[in-house]
Amino acid sequence: MTLDDGLEGPLRVINVGLDLFADELEAQGAAVERVDWRPPAGGGDVAALLALLEDDA
Amino acid sequence: VAVRAVVRRSFYQDSMVLMSVAARLRRHPGVREAAALMGTPANHALLASAGLAAPEVKTAAPGDLVIVVDADSDAAAAAAVEAAGAMLEERARTVGVQRRPRSLEAALAQRPDANLAVISVPGAWAALEARTALRRGLHVFLFSDNVPLADEVDLKRLAAERGLLCMGPDCGTAYLGAVGLGFANVVPRGRIGCVAASGTGLQAVASRLAMLGEGISHGIGVGGRDLSAEVGGTMTTRALAVLARDARTEAIVVISKPPSPAVLPALEAAIRAAGKPVVVCCLGATNPGGAGTWVGTLDDAADAVVAKVRGSAWSPRAFADPGAVRARLAALGPAHGTICGLYTGGTLATEARLLLEPLLGPVRVLDLGADEFTVGRPHPMLDPEARAAQVREAGHDGHVGVLLLDVVLGRSAHADPAGPLARAVREAREDRRRAGRGLLTIASVVGTEADPQGLSRQVDTLRAAGVEVLPSNAEAARFAALALRPDLTPALLGAS
Repeated sequence: MTLDDGLEGPLRVINVGLDLFADELEAQGAAVERVDWRPPAGGGDVAALLALLEDDA
Repeated sequence: VAVRAVVRRSFYQDSMVLMSVAARLRRHPGVREAAALMGTPANHALLASAGLAAPEVKTAAPGDLVIVVDADSDAAAAAAVEAAGAMLEERARTVGVQRRPRSLEAALAQRPDANLAVISVPGAWAALEARTALRRGLHVFLFSDNVPLADEVDLKRLAAERGLLCMGPDCGTAYLGAVGLGFANVVPRGRIGCVAASGTGLQAVASRLAMLGEGISHGIGVGGRDLSAEVGGTMTTRALAVLARDARTEAIVVISKPPSPAVLPALEAAIRAAGKPVVVCCLGATNPGGAGTWVGTLDDAADAVVAKVRGSAWSPRAFADPGAVRARLAALGPAHGTICGLYTGGTLATEARLLLEPLLGPVRVLDLGADEFTVGRPHPMLDPEARAAQVREAGHDGHVGVLLLDVVLGRSAHADPAGPLARAVREAREDRRRAGRGLLTIASVVGTEADPQGLSRQVDTLRAAGVEVLPSNAEAARFAALALRPDLTPALLGAS
């Protein structure tokens, strides 16, 4: 779904965070995959650094 | 008195789960206070200030769950801590948390056709998740706040390059077609498109449009900083372009804080390019006199855009029913003292302050959803107890003569926000009666009859507690000003 699709069509959602939002989306008929999220090991700094390295790759 | 604490290493739980665990612990026999939170630096400070910083929690890391119980006896504390563990085990079993993918990438492997990521993890990690989602071609609804500005600039640039929407950070509400995201009222689909830097602003406009018999095509959230010089209005201008192309959309409303002067030319160009009527509500901004119809309140935004699609005339008005307001003010008599605004919606607080200050001078209007009030606890739209405590406090403060409140309904909001608020108002007013002084309490409710909480049920709950309920936030603020300053009546209500 790009912008030019005019935002129509069914939503297929990945929910990262509050379960509440996933519950409400499912209640409205959206397909939702829930991530069992937890803070990255070693803290955000290490994960952010890895993401930057990936940028350069 | 006994304080008992337990730390579960690498056991992340979201703030909603933690709130319900803490609430259930507080109801446990013999428990005086309980906390369930992640071991972030802010939460350590919170525990210390609450006198709950037990030695065993000092080493808890942000990914570690901390449960602290303060009880009448060691046995009661131990029993409560054990119960907390059982609650979390039970939850893990019932929601099947063990079977869920552990990362966005893993979730995408299970659902490769996903088109939207909804992200509400703590701000320090939110940009990382959003970047992954955008790189994989997903639109993003980014609810998290406290995301660094540099990350926002970067994420929105990435989204723009890939033809995607990055709604947020700090995006509370959006509507993609018929589906509401985040805190969203249940409103009909229709012909009015919205671009909103404010979640509660969008909720107020969407709910008023529903009351006026109109619906929305899409409501695209952009986050509170989109029209800042740094972000440059990237998502606002893209959202305007999308709605301009959308066949269902006949007119557009833009809701925001005042744009940076550096962004105004780009905003005006996007408004002109839309080729459809555009109503702009940038609370606190003066009309630059260029493109679009600029209005001063959320009510005016909804009323003006409805007039546009219906081809009817429109001019702003202070009250929908001036006669009823006049009669009610006469029955109540003038109020005395200061005004205290206790808000759960930041934009509603801003709107009230902007309406009140020219009439009353500096006023105390607090946004209880602001970062300084929400460290380590859920947003007041989710947990009404924090505001209820502030209402009781205002009741004890003899200087406060008028309390001004908002109640925001919709999906994801508390099931009965008016209930705890009405109880607190009743107690505060009872305190005042004993002291022989009045406490005028004024509120408005953002919502629709179709919302899970039901607009009229919430209004009835407030009225039964003696709250004056006005049809909108702007009317509530003006009503408060008139109660304190009857001499303003000719200006706001006209000659009788």
